[in-house]
Amino acid sequence: MGEFCMPSLGADMDEGTLIEWFVAPGDLVRRGDIVAVVDTEKSDIEVEVFEDGTVTELLVDVGATVPVGTPLARIEATPRSRVTPSPAPAAPAAPAASGPPRGVPTTSRTAGRVLSPLVRHLAEDLRVDASDLRGSGPGGVVTRRDVERAARASQGAPAPRRPPAGAGTRLRASPYARRLAGERGVDLHGVVGSGPGGAVLATDVPIAAPPDRAGSRTVDRDGDVRGAIARSMARSKREIPHYYLQTTIDLGPALDWLRRRNEDRPVTERVLPAVLLLKATAVAAAEHPALNGRWEDGHRPASNVHLGVAIALRGGGIVAPGIADADRLPLDELMAALRDLSARARAGRLRQGEWTGPTITVTNLGDLGVDAVWGVINPPQLAMVGFGAVRDAVLAVDGLPAVRPAVITSLAADHRTSDGMQGAAFLGRIARLLGSPESLDPPTPDHHDDGAIP
Amino acid sequence: MTDTAEQCARELLARLLADIAPEVDLADARPDGQLQEELGLDSMDFLNLMIGVHEATGLEVPERDYPQLSTLEGAIGYLASRSS
Repeated sequence: MGEFCMPSLGADMDEGTLIEWFVAPGDLVRRGDIVAVVDTEKSDIEVEVFEDGTVTELLVDVGATVPVGTPLARIEATPRSRVTPSPAPAAPAAPAASGPPRGVPTTSRTAGRVLSPLVRHLAEDLRVDASDLRGSGPGGVVTRRDVERAARASQGAPAPRRPPAGAGTRLRASPYARRLAGERGVDLHGVVGSGPGGAVLATDVPIAAPPDRAGSRTVDRDGDVRGAIARSMARSKREIPHYYLQTTIDLGPALDWLRRRNEDRPVTERVLPAVLLLKATAVAAAEHPALNGRWEDGHRPASNVHLGVAIALRGGGIVAPGIADADRLPLDELMAALRDLSARARAGRLRQGEWTGPTITVTNLGDLGVDAVWGVINPPQLAMVGFGAVRDAVLAVDGLPAVRPAVITSLAADHRTSDGMQGAAFLGRIARLLGSPESLDPPTPDHHDDGAIP
Repeated sequence: MTDTAEQCARELLARLLADIAPEVDLADARPDGQLQEELGLDSMDFLNLMIGVHEATGLEVPERDYPQLSTLEGAIGYLASRSS
């Protein structure tokens, strides 16, 4: 018998609010499955279980705020011999390798499409057959938006209605329906359900008030985000002895190469220059453990690169979730991961591994037109790499002045784990990698295995 | 190019931007101002806008044409002239 507890999703987190369950008693879960959503100050976080088993009891109701470590559900270990496939038939076991969860760990592949448990549940709630959908996510992945769009499209056809659940029985409603009802201020007791046993599904929830695009939750969160940033950054400057370095990198070769690579590609398959910068940083970080890892009662170098990316939130604030194994991801996958991560970060919905995993972070303020940025390290990480705007600059190339696109690249690093010499070598490595961009995009083998590490 | 085509292009941009940057109002943007600057779009947002244009109209805007879409009026003119 195991317990699934309120996870700690950050050094400053004391308690969390459970806002959604994706499982019910009797459900089989596998290590890495997303089972619930927890509200933290900066984002909703999809949290994962770390064992296989059967959910026997949910101990905390949606809406409850409980301290970190509070048991949320009981999970009975399923004997190996009795493990049956998870609800999605033909879905192979979720990658359950050791180490921190990967950026896309909670997905199961079905017939070439990748469907996260979250999206699968939503599709069930909205009675959308996800196997019919064309995915708009990375690699044709069916996303939450695809499902919601399909549900909206099918709303024209009236759903068969069943009689309401009898008086006196407990209200049956899907978690998503409950959430929608909460957002729309609807009392579900008066709603006729069309799901199994008269359960109220999301599609049954009347639109009492148009859902606010910005979302009242988001608006409420603004102050929280500011407070979380304030605490984290104050702690950083209080505890971490930063040192700073900067170098100007000639991006001529990288941008020429990328322009040729993008030229013949459809718009959905183009890679942004920012992705080259991320990739070069990740590859260099893998070679510099003094800069890649954490400070937790001492230096904890990381064995992989979980690359944090600072993403500005609309309406203010910033979050820096991570992309797992960014140094090993092919460019196209890194691009897809960044696109997906940006969208979810701004929608206020991230995954546990993305939230807690980063080992080094990149901030790119180039789009805002500043020449350079010197970061504040995100504790307990060891370094922050900053990229300013890419601008034409006069550089000395082969002994002659030349106008080239250049970017000022900075490093803020923790002096407890590295010295300027290591930092300089790290920045130099990033510059050299960007000088030979083809090295950042090696041909990928035909068989890409999520679990295989070359 | 007709007024109708321009109107359609403008509506398309407004609809796509409502998804990409819900807080911005196209009406606030100066027609000749830099679109990304005016609306606070980063390069990912701009790419998503181009992907949205492709999904809605089938039009593939090549990267070398991006500068022609850097202002609101430029983008409207570009899209309107290519709509059938």
